[in-house]
Amino acid sequence: MSEPLLELKDIKMYFPIKEKVFKKPVNHVKAVNGVSLTVRQGETLGIVGESGCGKSTLARTIVGLLEPSSGDILFEGKSILGYNKKQMHELRRDIQMVYQDPYTSLNPRMKAGEIIAAPLKAFKMTSNLNERVYELLDLVGLKREDAEKFPHQFSGGQRQRIGIARALALNPKLLILDEPVSALDVSVQAQVINLLEDLQEELGLTYVFIAHDLSVIKHIADKVAVMYLGKVMELSDSDTLYHHSKHPYTNALLSAIPLPDPEKERQRQRIMLKGELPSPANPPTGCIFHTRCPIAQESCKQHIPVLEEKDGSNPNHQVACFYPQETEAIVSSN
Amino acid sequence: MLEIKNLKTYIDTENGTVKAVDDVSFQIKAGETICIVGESGSGKSVLAHSIMQLNPSPPAFHPEGEILFEGKNLLDVSEKELRRVRGNEISMIFQDPMSSLNPVFRVGDQLIEAIRSHEKVSKKAAKKRALELLTDVGIPDPERRLHDYPHQFSGGMRQRVLIAIALAGRPKVLIADEPTTALDVTIQAQILELMRSIQKKYGTAIILITHDLGVVAQIADRVLVMYSGRIVEKGSVSDIFYRSTMPYTWSLLRSLPRIDSDASNRLIPIQGQPSNLIDRPKGCHFQPRCPFATKACLEIDPSLTERGEGHWAACILSEEEFFNKKQEFEVNAQKGAVK
Repeated sequence: MSEPLLELKDIKMYFPIKEKVFKKPVNHVKAVNGVSLTVRQGETLGIVGESGCGKSTLARTIVGLLEPSSGDILFEGKSILGYNKKQMHELRRDIQMVYQDPYTSLNPRMKAGEIIAAPLKAFKMTSNLNERVYELLDLVGLKREDAEKFPHQFSGGQRQRIGIARALALNPKLLILDEPVSALDVSVQAQVINLLEDLQEELGLTYVFIAHDLSVIKHIADKVAVMYLGKVMELSDSDTLYHHSKHPYTNALLSAIPLPDPEKERQRQRIMLKGELPSPANPPTGCIFHTRCPIAQESCKQHIPVLEEKDGSNPNHQVACFYPQETEAIVSSN
Repeated sequence: MLEIKNLKTYIDTENGTVKAVDDVSFQIKAGETICIVGESGSGKSVLAHSIMQLNPSPPAFHPEGEILFEGKNLLDVSEKELRRVRGNEISMIFQDPMSSLNPVFRVGDQLIEAIRSHEKVSKKAAKKRALELLTDVGIPDPERRLHDYPHQFSGGMRQRVLIAIALAGRPKVLIADEPTTALDVTIQAQILELMRSIQKKYGTAIILITHDLGVVAQIADRVLVMYSGRIVEKGSVSDIFYRSTMPYTWSLLRSLPRIDSDASNRLIPIQGQPSNLIDRPKGCHFQPRCPFATKACLEIDPSLTERGEGHWAACILSEEEFFNKKQEFEVNAQKGAVK
């Protein structure tokens, strides 16, 4: 097994809710509430969850856009939280991010070539600048002459390619992809997913891939973490998660995804979740999922389940639930 | 009940005229669910808005063709009559539940306003009906929720309120434009279930616009596939998913990442980008992206031809040719020759 590239240790990110007059914090939105994850060299960690589960906040803490309230982040074994400005600047060479919205993450007044060259200029790598830009365009499947075009002259999928080229400009080791395909049309999504897979193979990249769509994650991730209200509910290698998920939340999430196959779709047992996501400012006591859980017991209201191995045969499969169980054939592979 | 014949909606832009809806025909019966699928820019939303005549004009031209509702052409009736049809006969829910409610009025007042604009009833009776509607759409504690403002509702709850407002005039046809796109999957499942139970209870015909083929598989009786302003295939849900004879539909289904497929298989995307509606390609509009395109496709712009009962597709390939090309494609895909 390869070396861990990124380690998150009990990351907490609390945002204060301030009172009106004296701005004293009266409560906290617990956006990320104790997440520990390890990403190894060359693998893809998928993080899934519904809106408000803290997955994007987690991504922002990894790239240093937010400083976590507590916990530690190790990159190549070194804690990056104490880094000064200069060290942070150097770190950005290794960790880059691709954003969700290809419409707002590119400056409309810059040509594609300038956008891709921007990180190179920031690091004063300006020798052979044009050559490098052409090389990057070629890498993501765009043409040389596209360097002279402005973002509005591209379609959504092509813009996302520019965003990826920009992120790759500095030869990073780790790419944080925050919902990179969810704003794209279905026919174009597959193009971008394939591109990301090819780039990973070619350049030996490590990915943290954040998405709300479990079917996209299945295609790209080696390991998947399912998040709910700032916590990881289930963590496993991708195969196990999609065939032997044990957490009732994962089971419900999997069963809610409509399959593009009418016969299978209409025979499926669906687990309907009651109600809506509770507020992350006042999360439920005990197990945070108990308010919506179809199998919750009295004791779930008092005790907090820890994320741990439940099945002796697979140490990679961890579940935070007192009553983990597999549900029958949520997804049958054909 | 509702029949659309040769509907055309063109929109004027600086760069030329966009044929957003180009000669579209279909019909829907009571209690039936039709799904209109397509990518962004395929004209599906403009089509929905054209039925209600909600496209701002200018820049859109007055739609051409016929929209027959119970025998009457809605394109000929007066504005007053049209107002009566909207909401009372045909009603619509929109994609974004965050921006479709007025943030400065209480939800109850907005619902009561909708009820009273359709029926001459007292405030008291309207309130009673509002409570009924909120209960119908599954909002817990409706009495208290009537006095809340939209920001106090979550996305799923707001969409329920909008469905309640749409149902206020007891419509026969409900047009839903991407009603679950802005919602999480677990909430989407709840809303689709709700729409199905409402249909069962009132026999409402539903026209659902979506880009999600999973939703289509779940809820549709019949499906219209749109590409670049036109219907390129229509048929029953099994015609479309299992017996498609149109390369666009087929490759779209082929390109989807699915939770029930083997993840080690590489996805097979559709090449190129969705077509430009102003400067449309010659011949068949899908031809530049089509894996099966031949020389003839550059010349001939295919129209819909019947492939089976109620199953129509726009492609010059015969069923047999299509089948052979498909086989060949799969063999190449196995070899990894398809990029």
